[in-house]
Amino acid sequence: MDRTNEKRRGKLKEFWRRLRKNKSAIIGLILLCLIVFCALFAGVICNEDDAYRQDAHNRLQAPSSEHWFGTDMYGRDVFTRVMFGSRISLSIGISAALLSLLTGGTLGAVTAFYGGKVDDIIMRIMDMLMSIPATLMALCIVAALGGSAVNLFIAMSLSSLPEFCRLSRSAMLPIVGSDYVEAARAYGSRNGRIIFKEIMPNALGPIIVQTTQSVASKILTASSLSFLGMGVQAPQPEWGTMLSEARQYMRENPYLVLIPGLFIIITALSFNLFGDGLRDALDPKLKD
Amino acid sequence: MTKYIIKRLIEIIPVVLGIAFIIFAILDMIPGDPARLILGQTATAEAVEQLRDEMGLNDPFITRFASYVKDVIFHFDFGNSYKSGQPVFAVILKRFPVSFKLALCGMIGSCVFGIPLGILSAVKQNTRIDNIISILAMTIVAMPSFWVAMMLVLVFCLYLGWLPSTGHTTLKEFILPTITISLANGCSVLRITRSSMLDVIRMDYLKTAQAKGVPKRVIIWKHAFGNALLPVITTVGSIFGSLLGGALICETVFTMPGIGSLIISSIKSKDIPVVMGALIFLSACYSLVMLAVDLLYAVVDPRIKAKYSSK
Repeated sequence: MDRTNEKRRGKLKEFWRRLRKNKSAIIGLILLCLIVFCALFAGVICNEDDAYRQDAHNRLQAPSSEHWFGTDMYGRDVFTRVMFGSRISLSIGISAALLSLLTGGTLGAVTAFYGGKVDDIIMRIMDMLMSIPATLMALCIVAALGGSAVNLFIAMSLSSLPEFCRLSRSAMLPIVGSDYVEAARAYGSRNGRIIFKEIMPNALGPIIVQTTQSVASKILTASSLSFLGMGVQAPQPEWGTMLSEARQYMRENPYLVLIPGLFIIITALSFNLFGDGLRDALDPKLKD
Repeated sequence: MTKYIIKRLIEIIPVVLGIAFIIFAILDMIPGDPARLILGQTATAEAVEQLRDEMGLNDPFITRFASYVKDVIFHFDFGNSYKSGQPVFAVILKRFPVSFKLALCGMIGSCVFGIPLGILSAVKQNTRIDNIISILAMTIVAMPSFWVAMMLVLVFCLYLGWLPSTGHTTLKEFILPTITISLANGCSVLRITRSSMLDVIRMDYLKTAQAKGVPKRVIIWKHAFGNALLPVITTVGSIFGSLLGGALICETVFTMPGIGSLIISSIKSKDIPVVMGALIFLSACYSLVMLAVDLLYAVVDPRIKAKYSSK
């Protein structure tokens, strides 16, 4: 037991060494920490009431020392709203990616492991779902459930199910045929045990990378749906909602559309950069 | 070959039916009573109930779905819009030209943006140019397309006044929407071009060509890119296929009357038959485009052509 632990620690060290050497991964990690910091300490840095309190005298103020990012058309402080917006975006993005990982990953493992008819039927359904773009699928589901942060999260995890199922299936197929799975079968492990203990951990690399980058696309989709008025609803400081509200004021107050947009970009970019670095660190062969 | 095409066309039918079933089930959960929607708030409860009966809304789910499919297959009738009362198919067909033009412009734009940069970054792999291109692509991918559209409007319409921000008739009005779509989709073309080029670039036949003294330009475009083409065609095809069903965000920001904005406004006004029809139309378009892509494979690669013919 000690030996495997040691081996694992060695692997982790090696992984960290490779990750550290990767510039884009480190930049991604730093940006990511920054955004997570904003989300965690939004309540400490600013007062949550400021995100909702309207002030008719201070409408559309340009950025100043008092209002770092200016104020919006209702006189609300944009800096506070952006800070609290990071909570919404991050939590929707991360939880949706994790849920699709869990459902899609398990489904992919099942198809890869059982093969045959099960595989045929599930993959056929996934192929069908692929012909509708994920954003559109999410839009329909949100329409059916009603627009809110929770429903947005459900809609987005369901809509990216096919993507995850396909990826985890293709990552696990070679492992299903490997000798150690054969060995596990031979000494009589139950199927569930083989799937969760043998197959899934060994196919984790590409799936982790996919999940990280999927957080970025989830954040983008969530903000797009909110922008269309089908996601997080108005007084909430979601970045997409803020952009949609600010649209008619952008000529005189470009900062109203610039700042939330930049935050979306930084967040999505940090997950993409970090995911890319992870891929290189997990599998150096993929580099070229 | 013909046999193969017919077989594939028949295979599209269950796919579209499956999609129809899934969408029908999802849209069925949308709250609100269509009969009330059609008759308005002032109608009596009896009138609403009567209309519900006539429309078959009181039937169980499976019965309603079966009668919908029956109408579509035997009468090519997708029902009528709750809002305007017009047949759904006519509404979609009226919107189609704008989405088609936009999809075509967007596809060409994505190729113009993605393919040369992808080839360049593959040829100059691991150099500064490659790094700059990949950072650029990553940043563009991280931009929400509605924000890109807003920024383009802000700069080119509101500040510089060079281009119109709405409209769908002249070429000039298509420039900004095309840029928006091309930036968003061009990155995936770029990425697939790069990785597919990297797969072939170390092949021996390229060295042979080089040794024979073939000019570098010919080697890159003809020998290397020609063999790296298949994955690029698939990606471009799937972009075109999904754009045919409307560019949701782009059409909304630039207020273009295409299928994308039709879907959004219909979802918002709970005009379910229109949403249903548009999504079936979209998945049929997508499947047909992907079939065309597979056929294009045969044109590009004689080995695949031989395989199709033998089937």
